Amino acid sequence: MAKGPTPAELANIDYTPPQTEWMDTPTVIKTGTFCWGAKAKNLNIVEFPNARDWNPSEEDWKLPENWQEIFLKGMKDLLGKYRSFKVFMDICVRCGACADKCHFFIGSGDPKNMPVLRAELLRSVYRNDFTMAGKILGKLAGGRKLTLPVLKEIWYYLYQCTECRRCSLFCPYGIDTAEITMMGRELMNLLGLNTDWISGPVANCYMKGNHLGLEPHAIMNSIEGMIDDIETITGIRINPSFNRKGAEILFVTPSGDLFADPGTYTAMGYMMLFHELGLDYTWSTYASEGGNFGFFTSNEMAKRLNSKIYAEAKRLGVKYIIGGECGHMWRVLTQYMDTWNGPADFLEVPVSPITGTRFENAKSTKMIHVTEFTADLIKNNKLKLDPSRNNGLNVTYHDSCNTARGMGLLDEPRYIIKNVCNTFHEMPENTIREQTFCCGSGTGLNASENMELRMRGGLPRANAVKFVKEQYGVNTLANICAIDRATLSASMEYWVPGTRVTGVHELVANALIMKGEKERETDLRGDPLPGKEGN
Amino acid sequence: MSLHDLLSAKKSLILGRWLDEVLSTYPSDTTQFIRKTENRFANPVGHALTDTLEKVFDALLNDASPEEMTGLLDTVIRVRAVQDFTPSQAVAFVFTLKKAVRDELSKDPNTPLPHEELSGFEKRVDACALVSFDIFMKCKEKLYDIRANEMNKMTYRLLKRANMLCAEDDAAGPSGDVGVNIKQEEVTK
Repeated sequence: MAKGPTPAELANIDYTPPQTEWMDTPTVIKTGTFCWGAKAKNLNIVEFPNARDWNPSEEDWKLPENWQEIFLKGMKDLLGKYRSFKVFMDICVRCGACADKCHFFIGSGDPKNMPVLRAELLRSVYRNDFTMAGKILGKLAGGRKLTLPVLKEIWYYLYQCTECRRCSLFCPYGIDTAEITMMGRELMNLLGLNTDWISGPVANCYMKGNHLGLEPHAIMNSIEGMIDDIETITGIRINPSFNRKGAEILFVTPSGDLFADPGTYTAMGYMMLFHELGLDYTWSTYASEGGNFGFFTSNEMAKRLNSKIYAEAKRLGVKYIIGGECGHMWRVLTQYMDTWNGPADFLEVPVSPITGTRFENAKSTKMIHVTEFTADLIKNNKLKLDPSRNNGLNVTYHDSCNTARGMGLLDEPRYIIKNVCNTFHEMPENTIREQTFCCGSGTGLNASENMELRMRGGLPRANAVKFVKEQYGVNTLANICAIDRATLSASMEYWVPGTRVTGVHELVANALIMKGEKERETDLRGDPLPGKEGN
Repeated sequence: MSLHDLLSAKKSLILGRWLDEVLSTYPSDTTQFIRKTENRFANPVGHALTDTLEKVFDALLNDASPEEMTGLLDTVIRVRAVQDFTPSQAVAFVFTLKKAVRDELSKDPNTPLPHEELSGFEKRVDACALVSFDIFMKCKEKLYDIRANEMNKMTYRLLKRANMLCAEDDAAGPSGDVGVNIKQEEVTK
């Protein structure tokens, strides 16, 4: 018989965690918290260095022999290239203003998820190797050597940050912890320490134009399926065009909208709206991805993937681009695109063909968000809407981190929702708009193997949804991000069951009265409309 | 004085001790945050703990039904099931109520402990711990369901377009607990 603990030993079990300083508290890499390592084949496709198959849960990460040299040289290069990185490494006074603002810290209770401490994991290496004080005093000056456990710890926590930037909102120095994470991930990238969930989509997007690796016939086939569904619901047959040269507008949306429910209902919404307007637009089966997982690997990769959208716009000869409901696509566009691939001089400043509104905010990028476009239509009274079709839905709105903090798109989605739905309630003010809580699964953390981590990160958002559900009977969580639509569905299933997650244009299409449509019996999901339940 | 009256009189002290015990399962930096941050949206874990511990304590005093107790404990266990705890660590906080009660009651040497009643109370605490383990398991099972459902949602339309779904599952759609069942002949191909 196996020897078990004695009753006396059992009585002495102590669940108190060790009270050691963070540097002396070893990090244990646990299942449910991390994503699987990148596969060699995917890294090879985009010519990333040190490609190999590896497993984070194994002791041997198969690192190159001179991994420390590669890491430190990479850090030196980044410090020289980006003044912001150097400043962020130097100026933190560890005041702690950011500490309790991170959804991962709030949900996990792990101090190494405090943004200040997460950055300190990397900053300690910086001090040790790049500052005089650190070189002389070492640990006394907050420095530590880059050992294998230190590397693993940095990796582990870099992939417990969604670069949501909520913490930087509260930093008195304006330190952008998201950019520290980006720098850290660039360094990991040099060692081939990427994750499978990110590197697979990057390779797919590079080769085939979208994260899912959908080839043209698959994209068209999926859209045809949606067209069939739209015809069943409305009696109207829509005929969108693909790769059409000379169209006025190129429409680009995350590929998640083309396959994964509930994003597909949002995609149906775009098509119904554009059809009703008679918009001269085209889909592209090559620039078929609004998202940019390259953004989660390296600056250079993000630039390469972003450029395909503009190359395709040039090839097709469109005037401008409308982008769908996506999150990080818009941070990339608003904050980085112009430096990488802009200004897009071969395109025109977007002008709505329906209202004549000129979108001066996009005069350099020549790309507008679909909610800007639709809010303008409603403001100018160009749509016939029946909000009562959404009467079964008691709606609240989740601001995507990227569209809210990354580009200031706060009011347009709300304006649309309030015009297409009769019941809307905001979540508490310290959980929305600029202070919005992340879905918990952005920046390529929306894999399934790290589900416990995702649920920890999703808790603060879900907690606010639960509150409005209990307070006002909210049953629908609207958002304008494909990753939100996928990941909030999972988060709601765990934390607030019975909550429908929806894109804003699904709600628009439900309410949209289309010319020549039959009397609708169901919403886009095939659920009976209010008053039609018995049919 | 009956145990019920004793516990009612010392409720806030006992709850304070119990909360200390629960918080001691977190690192000290985290404990400070959970204890001090009052806004329930900035500190959902702290709010869930303080709110639920009191309700569970009241429910124990008032012989609440198992269903009611399950609903209350779910709020805390659901959080701890995804935090960095082993199963036993996640539910052990329930037992620490017994220690909190005994420590508080034995502070006053002039009040003899009502052993028989206390034993009954502690049995109810033990039952809570068992219920907590059930909840913990349900939470973990839910996580695995969610993982599977995510895969279903990603492939549902592809399978539907390829006409590879059984009719009844086709009607059920991609959501809910019903998995996507691929036609048997497709599986055996």
